[in-house]
Amino acid sequence: MESVGIPLGVQPVTQRRVVRSEWTKLISLRSTRWALAATLLLAVGIGVLACIVFETRWAHLSAHDRADFHPLSVSLAGINFAQLAIGVLGVLVITGEYSTGMIRSTLAAVPRRLPMLWGKAVVFGATAFAVSLPATFIVFFVGQAILSGEHINIALGHAGVFRALIGVPLFLTAMGLFGLGLGAIVRSTAGGIAALAGIVFVLPPIIGLLPTSVANSIDPYLPSNAGGAVWTITPDPGTLAPWAGFGVFCAYVAVAMAIAAVLLVRRDA
Amino acid sequence: MIELGGVTKTYGKKTAVRDLSFTVRPGMVTGFLGPNGSGKSTTMRLILGLDAPDAGEVTVNGKRYRDHRAPLHQVGALLEASSIHTGRSAYDHLLAMAQTHGLGRERVEGMIELVGLGEVARKRAGTFSLGMRQRLGIASALLADPRVVMLDEPINGLDPEGILWVRKLLRGLAAEGRTVFVSSHLMSEMALTADHLVVIGQGELIADVGVREMISGASQSSVRVRTPHAARLGEVLAASDVRVRSLGTDVIEVQGIDSEEIGLAAHVSGIVLYELTPRQASLEDAFMELTGESVEFHASDGEPVAAASIGNGA
Repeated sequence: MESVGIPLGVQPVTQRRVVRSEWTKLISLRSTRWALAATLLLAVGIGVLACIVFETRWAHLSAHDRADFHPLSVSLAGINFAQLAIGVLGVLVITGEYSTGMIRSTLAAVPRRLPMLWGKAVVFGATAFAVSLPATFIVFFVGQAILSGEHINIALGHAGVFRALIGVPLFLTAMGLFGLGLGAIVRSTAGGIAALAGIVFVLPPIIGLLPTSVANSIDPYLPSNAGGAVWTITPDPGTLAPWAGFGVFCAYVAVAMAIAAVLLVRRDA
Repeated sequence: MIELGGVTKTYGKKTAVRDLSFTVRPGMVTGFLGPNGSGKSTTMRLILGLDAPDAGEVTVNGKRYRDHRAPLHQVGALLEASSIHTGRSAYDHLLAMAQTHGLGRERVEGMIELVGLGEVARKRAGTFSLGMRQRLGIASALLADPRVVMLDEPINGLDPEGILWVRKLLRGLAAEGRTVFVSSHLMSEMALTADHLVVIGQGELIADVGVREMISGASQSSVRVRTPHAARLGEVLAASDVRVRSLGTDVIEVQGIDSEEIGLAAHVSGIVLYELTPRQASLEDAFMELTGESVEFHASDGEPVAAASIGNGA
């Protein structure tokens, strides 16, 4: 048993070491690279396309269309799609371990379990932010450059613009962590994606079926609407203030992660 | 050292393990035997803390597994079939495991070389054959120089060369003073590899004995006799403590007297014998005898068959 016997400096498991391990796991999967590329492509591609359409059609738009137009919202048109890509990746980060059986190896190495969940949250959160921050600024500057052809662009220094541009990557990061939390609760890829898509895309129209007075009081507190407030520059009267809305969204994420943590410790793997 | 004391685990209405107590000692290979669905995999999951027992205590080297600061240094485990992300390369899998315990690339490369996966280490594990996955699992188990090595069916899917390699590896690990705990449904393999046996059936302990005692304790020694006058020989041998069973038109199996007595009786009666073969009970027979009662389902011809259940598939 040549190399097995060699003393090799095994160290205790710490949160820092688990974070490093989770980083290796995240970047060594193709699905991560695809989902991050999709997030980037959707955020930038759709935003740029929308700006091109408005810039070239501007002369022919009705007064009504022009009144609805906002240069920031148009350049951020892709974020609604990017949120799904990053949320799905969040689900996959944890459910991929359950579907393949990798979770057994992971929990054998980290039998206290919670450091694994926190490690995934830190690594994936940082990665999601690191990808979506430049994506947001790229699509903003490219989009505004396109719109400047018709002098309908908006400057970075305009009130609320910088806040919205910081808000986008924070929102996408939180959405990714929401996916991670949901995935850790349901432990299946299909279930996790269904839960995420249901909450983000299906819940709002369902609430819309309620009597208007009821719907109006619930609507701003739905996860996607509350989170969206932080990167909206012309809020509807019914929406929450930007940071208040983001705070509500973060509370949803925190609740999902807390439930996931309790279940992770209590359930058989 | 692995110690189980009064361990019970129930999944829904099904009791996978019932009041199980045994100790696995260092310095030898302990085989863990039982029919499919008897609770072997469940027991291993309980040892690693993947599942929590409903009652009883499981400790490894004196502590619960989860209370060890460097758990992979205490127990290196190969669990059922696959506990690897199929989209990740063998190298990255081992690196991620190693990093939790402060180990680096050098150690990973050493383990890859040890198990002979050098050429495919950068390929996705999903493309691996069962044998290659087993080798990766063994590399993963030995990664942090574990004091206890626990392998669930390690030779599944290995070629003869691989089986020989595992056998030598296990003996070597035990010789170094490690605790080696290996499950298998191949009794013959355990006869060659193990020093001690823990046998379970339907989640309960059936035997906790040395391999030699187990074989010698088996009562099923018999003699196979081929003769054209099988029926007449049967009549000649008939006695209260002798059992004669027909295995074909001219072949019988005799239990209760030895081959010399049969030969003598045949000679006295003028019966020609073509074959007279004493059959020592093998570990296989001993195992069948022990677990025959506890196999969950029997095929109609009386042959014990695999009982699929949560303990094996989970």
